[in-house]
Amino acid sequence: MIGVIDYRAGNAPSVGYALERLGVDYRLVANGDELSQCDRIILPGVGAAAATIDSLKSAGLLEPLTKSVRDEKTPMLGICVGLQILLEHSEEGDVAGLGWIPGNVKQFTGPLRVPQIGWNSVKVVRPHPLVEGFPDAGYCYFVNSYFATPSNPDHVIATTSYGEDFCSIMAHENIVATQFHAEKSGEVGLSLLTNFSTWNPESMSS
Amino acid sequence: MLTCRLIACFDVLEGRVTKAQQFENNIDVAPAEDLARELYEEQIDEIIFYDITASVERRPIDLDTVRRVARQVFVPFTVGGGIRSVADMFAVLKAGAEKISIDSMAVREPDLIRQGAQEFGRQCVVLSTQVRNVGRRAGIPSGYEVFIDGAREATGLDAIDWVKRGEELGAGEIVVNSIDRDGTASGYDLEITRAVADAVSVPIIASGGAGTVEHIAQGFSTGGAQGAIISSILYSPRLESQGLKNLGVEEMKIDLADRGIEVRPFFNSGLH
Repeated sequence: MIGVIDYRAGNAPSVGYALERLGVDYRLVANGDELSQCDRIILPGVGAAAATIDSLKSAGLLEPLTKSVRDEKTPMLGICVGLQILLEHSEEGDVAGLGWIPGNVKQFTGPLRVPQIGWNSVKVVRPHPLVEGFPDAGYCYFVNSYFATPSNPDHVIATTSYGEDFCSIMAHENIVATQFHAEKSGEVGLSLLTNFSTWNPESMSS
Repeated sequence: MLTCRLIACFDVLEGRVTKAQQFENNIDVAPAEDLARELYEEQIDEIIFYDITASVERRPIDLDTVRRVARQVFVPFTVGGGIRSVADMFAVLKAGAEKISIDSMAVREPDLIRQGAQEFGRQCVVLSTQVRNVGRRAGIPSGYEVFIDGAREATGLDAIDWVKRGEELGAGEIVVNSIDRDGTASGYDLEITRAVADAVSVPIIASGGAGTVEHIAQGFSTGGAQGAIISSILYSPRLESQGLKNLGVEEMKIDLADRGIEVRPFFNSGLH
């Protein structure tokens, strides 16, 4: 059963509808007890990094989430802000992230319109079970003003270009994350959710 | 590279998509959820849903229809009409929308833009504007005035002043909807679209008047928009009497690509 974390600033229902369409079992999770019954976790996100972390804290979800993902190694998929809060620090509001993946979150600079809103191509740079069957330059839906810069290039699975190249899929151990909205990226995005629903991190060699 | 978006617009009345001309004389098209499913399969880039009478009738948005549509579309989905508070926005997001469009209520209470951006992030707040070419005059230096309540009420606000204020307050995207062109299939009002694109740095969506692929291409190139709202060209039963024809999403995208516009290519999934 996948637990989709349902907190104030998230879009859990959209993720739920996508899983429903794929015929994958899921439940919306709003507290630690519900979370403990799930063997996979999706952390959706919209909005700001600080508000997301605060929202998880005030729902009493941060501690059980940490235990499940960090200690029990439950497979987790972070989406959008759910990716950004995994890093150590975000320029958005100059706040600390969860620090589960080394690196930072930076703001787009340059002449392009911010937020980046729309469909952009995602180029896989490193194989991973999450992106099995992913098309060459598959198009996915992005909404972001900030982007992740993981310190370890091995954690970068795919990149996308918006003025500069940035990490659009990130992975480390039992954690994977997409900067784009996989649940809103048509059949390309849904294929990632399907892959996540059967992914077994322990079967990976590295 | 970020591609130009084709956005289907649903003017919804009692759960059904309708098509108006200059904000009047709505004729019935199809149940919203059926049309949503069809357009998702055709790989439309985005859907925007307006509950067109909620604001005028001072009633809450039709969340039941929002939910039924949200279950059919795995592309971004924006909802507007009758949103008066952060609580209304929250209800719409929890029904399955990604973004909230505010229009008349934002004019009545501009702080709603700021509150929405603060609570859900600016990417969530789409400021839709109904604009009409009234000619340059005192108080309307751009020559375009903002209207509300289904183009019924003039506000005395200059369109450019208003969108700049909207951006400052936290709007993450701006829809420039030309009342004069709505449902006429005579092309977007490129002058005001370009003026808005030049005035703000958030993404701009052209709306009102697209009847041909050429019109859409002009919205992106001459108009400087990042998204194009289309409805007549997809499904207006009036289009034929206007000497034009309805087109599918894929044929429009092929034509746009031939004209040098970057679009999301059609994806042959075979996945499901």
